[in-house]
Amino acid sequence: MNTSIRKYYYGDIPEDKAGGNNTSTNKADSKNEWPLWEVFVRSKQGLDHKHVGSLHATDAAMAIENARDVYTRRMEGISIWVVESKYIHASNPDEADSLYEPANDKVYRHPTFYQLPDEVNHM
Amino acid sequence: MEIQNFEVLFQHKIDGEIKIESKDWMPDAYRKTNIRQISQHAHSEIVGMLPEGNWISRAPSLKRKAILIAKVQDEAGHGLYLYSAAETLGTSRDEMINDLHSGKSKYSSIFNYPSLTWADMGAIGWLVDGAAILNQVMLCRTSYGPYARAMVRICKEESFHQRQGFETLLVLSRGTEEQKAMCQDAINRWWWPSLMMFGPKDSESTNNDQSMKWKIKRKTNDELRQQFVDMAAEQIKVLGMKLPDDKLKWNEERKHYDFGEIDWNEFWNVVKGNGPCNKQRLEARKKAWEEGEWVREAAKIYAEKKASLNPSKGGTLEAA
Repeated sequence: MNTSIRKYYYGDIPEDKAGGNNTSTNKADSKNEWPLWEVFVRSKQGLDHKHVGSLHATDAAMAIENARDVYTRRMEGISIWVVESKYIHASNPDEADSLYEPANDKVYRHPTFYQLPDEVNHM
Repeated sequence: MEIQNFEVLFQHKIDGEIKIESKDWMPDAYRKTNIRQISQHAHSEIVGMLPEGNWISRAPSLKRKAILIAKVQDEAGHGLYLYSAAETLGTSRDEMINDLHSGKSKYSSIFNYPSLTWADMGAIGWLVDGAAILNQVMLCRTSYGPYARAMVRICKEESFHQRQGFETLLVLSRGTEEQKAMCQDAINRWWWPSLMMFGPKDSESTNNDQSMKWKIKRKTNDELRQQFVDMAAEQIKVLGMKLPDDKLKWNEERKHYDFGEIDWNEFWNVVKGNGPCNKQRLEARKKAWEEGEWVREAAKIYAEKKASLNPSKGGTLEAA
């Protein structure tokens, strides 16, 4: 792998050029962190809740309050769902081919598959 | 499948403008580069609150104070979006904070300059946020999905920051002689550090650029810097002020502004920790973290205790 990334971009100062302490002291213990929550926001009445991001909070009430402050400062939402990230189960992207393949060859599920005479309206 | 094939497939996706998501296979160096860049970006937002926080209690009017508080609150939010994006790559929040405090992880050097007068709030908004926006607009198309989505949200909020900064300077530029002088002084002090925000010149790098190939970055430092100079050189005319560069001149042939040489010694010095405020900034962050420890701990224990006594939903509703 090419690890010699030599450009120094804004917000991306490489470790060897940074000076100072170069090693993590590893004091951090992620077990001490507040749990991670996923946040879903309904932007307006009639629409689905949509995933907007995540945040840390000790419980659901705090997660909703924090989500209000972090994700809806400009009227982006009228309803918030939060769920602890550990309860979200995801499909495996490596299995995407076999998982979605059965939908691939069933064109007859789409209305455009059916050729009708021009005289047929409202269909 | 061999690693080699994974890498070929990965590059295919990148070349086909397909975003990479957190559970997708990615080369270790891609993961590492993203963690480093996103966490440093997050730190920049958080440390970036400090020079402005300095002026909240000294804003010249209630209106300016309310605006400044809203801007600083946005920056806290931006830091959180970015920390969350980095966490999807398998690092933890505490790890990132710890790396900031230990000096392992960096933040944008611009925040190691002091904010001396009220006019600095205008100059920071116009120049510093202006430079950041160019970088961030480009990053909306970065190849890592969670980073790109965070940037889209940030860009939507950021343009208010730059506009309020320019407007602050505009008001000063039409004020008394003292206010005009203060406006020009702030521009003089923030101009060169703002140009440094884009990083070293492209010619400094002889190696092929992996970040560009992986589409983490999509424009070079010099391209972005030129774009910024061209914009600011026109905008300054509206303020009736001058950018502190004798070499700044429209080049008809290139259709760009030429500009003077950046003091790269100063740049590396500030990066390495010898800027005017490096110590102060890091101390402020550590102090906030340490003094908040009892709150973090108490809230955690309270939540655990509450959950064990009453495992109901604690005042919140069922989602569906």
